[in-house]
Amino acid sequence: MMSATTTSRGRSRFTWQKAKYALTVLLFLLPSAVPLAYFTIYPMFAALWTSLHKWNLLSPMQWVGLDNYATLLQNPETWRAFGNTVYYIVGYLPLVYVGGLGLAIALNAAIPFRNFLRGMYFLPVVTSWIVVALVWRWLLNPSVGIVNSLLGLVGIDGPGWWTDPTWAMPSIILASAWKDLGFVMIILLAGLQTVPQDLYEAARIDGAGWWARLRYVTLPLLSPTTFFVVVISLINGFQVFDQVYAMTGGGPAGASQVVVQQVYDLTFRYSQAGMASALSWLLFLLVLVVTIVQMVGQRKWVNYA
Amino acid sequence: MPEATNTAALAVPTARRKLKSWQIVLVVAVVCGACVMFFPFLWTFITSVSPGAGLTATPKLIPDNPSLGAYELLFSKTKFPRVIANSLGLAVATTLLQLLTSSLAAYVFSRMPFPGRGAVFALYLATMMIPMQVLMVPLFVQMRDLGLVDSYLGVLLPGVASAFGVFLLRQAMNTVPRELDEAARLDGAGHLRIFGQIVLPLVGPSLATLTVFSFMSSWNAFLWPLVILRSEELKTLPLALAGMQGQYTTQWDVMMAGSVISILPMLAIYLFAQKYVIQGVANTGIK
Repeated sequence: MMSATTTSRGRSRFTWQKAKYALTVLLFLLPSAVPLAYFTIYPMFAALWTSLHKWNLLSPMQWVGLDNYATLLQNPETWRAFGNTVYYIVGYLPLVYVGGLGLAIALNAAIPFRNFLRGMYFLPVVTSWIVVALVWRWLLNPSVGIVNSLLGLVGIDGPGWWTDPTWAMPSIILASAWKDLGFVMIILLAGLQTVPQDLYEAARIDGAGWWARLRYVTLPLLSPTTFFVVVISLINGFQVFDQVYAMTGGGPAGASQVVVQQVYDLTFRYSQAGMASALSWLLFLLVLVVTIVQMVGQRKWVNYA
Repeated sequence: MPEATNTAALAVPTARRKLKSWQIVLVVAVVCGACVMFFPFLWTFITSVSPGAGLTATPKLIPDNPSLGAYELLFSKTKFPRVIANSLGLAVATTLLQLLTSSLAAYVFSRMPFPGRGAVFALYLATMMIPMQVLMVPLFVQMRDLGLVDSYLGVLLPGVASAFGVFLLRQAMNTVPRELDEAARLDGAGHLRIFGQIVLPLVGPSLATLTVFSFMSSWNAFLWPLVILRSEELKTLPLALAGMQGQYTTQWDVMMAGSVISILPMLAIYLFAQKYVIQGVANTGIK
């Protein structure tokens, strides 16, 4: 062994080291690469393959080409699920963004108990969606919930919230905004802290008031963070499921049925795995297109310093 | 109003001064908001100690006869102790596995160049974009073929690796000065030792962030456990809580007691590791 390395000099030692290096790289990477490949990348394409078949999860798959997609696009339930999902996003995003921005600005100023207050707003973020849904079902209980009894005190007859088709989605939006407000606030706070203070100083010397500084200094410099919040919120919003499942189960009468709930129902209630996979791919493609559109569109409104 | 705006900018550098009127208004508004945000937690707790809550009337803010009956019921008459153990075991196992697999991969992406490394790293990042709902059906079939439906392993396996964790730790490792590696290498240390004794201890805060995030996402996970678990014995807290709605339809004290139990561990972790949680969220925004 010793003599072998000395006789063939640097070369054999070099390759031996190289092999050892390659082996180390492999041993370090495999524990994460194998699970990611097998449990994320492979099933993603398996879903695409499944979506081209009729399959009840048991009998052999039957090739149907793009039939599943065609059927889905002609089904009004699909459109309703997509419509409800978009309704959720349209209600939720402005709430958490405007609320989160207001809070971030307020809690970036020098006020007492700043960290404690930030912590209070962030608390719901660490709570599970199921707990959020349960708690809000209780707060918004039509007959004995605290919200309706408080509304009753001021003479308002509260709605049926999650039991009422009109109010089911607003109830879900309210609960979701409560949970995510702190998350958006912290991201925007991190963005605010990168805005150089001397810009405010300069704007003030130029006579800019509070609103002008927000409009012409804060918002433009915060646009990369805003962009990130919007992208993430849309990606998550299109996949909304947990809170819907636990709060309304998609009801009443499908009034809050969302796309992922539909995928779940198609698979495990109706045993239509091919159809379910097609729907999940439709959703994925939609999210991808929306994200790409935002990436391209960002040049128009996002300023990178 | 214009007067207030002038003082607003001045107040930032001179922190220790008497409070200005705009600050008082701001503090009052933000404190009121915080109370509204916190109220659902308070109400959850109050309900959980109000026997018979929700049967006929809204519980009182200060219950007449507070009782821990709902908690007793959960622990003596249901599978809740087992459910808590399931959630805890799965969360701890997932966290440990993710810490191990992520830090090893992060070390390669930070310290061990090889041809095509950039592409492999990009592939890792790309997996973060793939939503669970697309994977749900094939993953379920894979697990069925492996005989892992309705088993702990079936819940655990898809979460063994975390692309987010790899990304987070790689960013942290990139800030560790490479001179330290060189010095160790001259002393004869190999990559395993440089990884374990030099780089890893220096990315402690990021490991803490990942620990909190992994634990939290496993503790709160719903969709995948819902798909893969069947029997009551294996169910995790979110599943048990979602299931309680059918069983205890009007017994809100019991459901809120279950919610309190689910919130408490996260609350404790959050109080101890607030800095790391917030840092982690803030980091995801900066990228």
